[in-house]
Amino acid sequence: MSESREPGDSSEAFVRPFIITGGRVRPAQADLRLETLVVAVDVDAPDGGAPLAFEHRRIVTLCQEPTTVAHVAEAIGVPLGVAKVLIADLVVGGRLSCSHTAELPLHTLERIRDHVRAL
Amino acid sequence: MSGRSERVAPLAVKIVVSGGLGVGKTTFIGAVSEIEPLDTEAAITQVSVGVDSLAGVEGKTTTTVALDFGRITLDPTIALYLFGTPGQDRFSFLWDDLVEGALGTVVLVDTRRIEDCFPALDYFEAHGAPFVLAVNRFEGSERFELGEIREALGVGDSVPVVECDARARASVRDVLGALMDQVIGVRVRGRRVAAASR
Repeated sequence: MSESREPGDSSEAFVRPFIITGGRVRPAQADLRLETLVVAVDVDAPDGGAPLAFEHRRIVTLCQEPTTVAHVAEAIGVPLGVAKVLIADLVVGGRLSCSHTAELPLHTLERIRDHVRAL
Repeated sequence: MSGRSERVAPLAVKIVVSGGLGVGKTTFIGAVSEIEPLDTEAAITQVSVGVDSLAGVEGKTTTTVALDFGRITLDPTIALYLFGTPGQDRFSFLWDDLVEGALGTVVLVDTRRIEDCFPALDYFEAHGAPFVLAVNRFEGSERFELGEIREALGVGDSVPVVECDARARASVRDVLGALMDQVIGVRVRGRRVAAASR
């Protein structure tokens, strides 16, 4: 539906989303959720590790602070599926770490409720 | 791993907002979110006219076609994300991704098109995750007693049915509070059942 795109879009520069992932649609690591927090890992190598492709580098820059998968997708302007593939590459390559929350303890749920009630 | 791991781990939790097309999910999220609701609205084009049923909500000219989310920082270590499910049935394949790991779900109901929330209701009942029904009061819509709505939807007493105005922050806050009560209630009851069966 290219006709629905805004006039401001440079349609000549439009790249089909999964070109960025080399056509891969399955993340190398399957357990990334929308709200999973990912954060850049300091690479000890003097040159900062192997050079990264453009989108990968943007994600690492973005994730200096813990950032959700959903936010990464939005910030670099790619569909969620594409963002997951790119993030999973970086996690597997040791450039990002992701934290998973196990089932929340009851006191945390109560804390969330109290905060929500106080909004 | 670096020294970062020594910090208090931040926590990101999510609540899903679901319901039929045009029921007010994006408005609901926008009423409490501290970030501008994402610009994921695209004009309903001639292409989707006839595909997306707009009977009863003809005034709606945009609809959510991509990720729709908002964020509330509850304290320095907890961020609450609100994710809207795409309104159109043809995007329901995205729901599993949205729902996995969610604390719970708000299913919004429009009494002018009550049947529109049935797919969401079926999905979340089958999923077994905590949810509440929030009846969004549209101006000019006929008012029904919550009991009548509960009956029309065929949900049991264990599912809270509340009224809301998706445009009003205080109202949205109350719905989220009711959902958290439900989340905690389900957890506590689950524990009791587990303890009793030991």
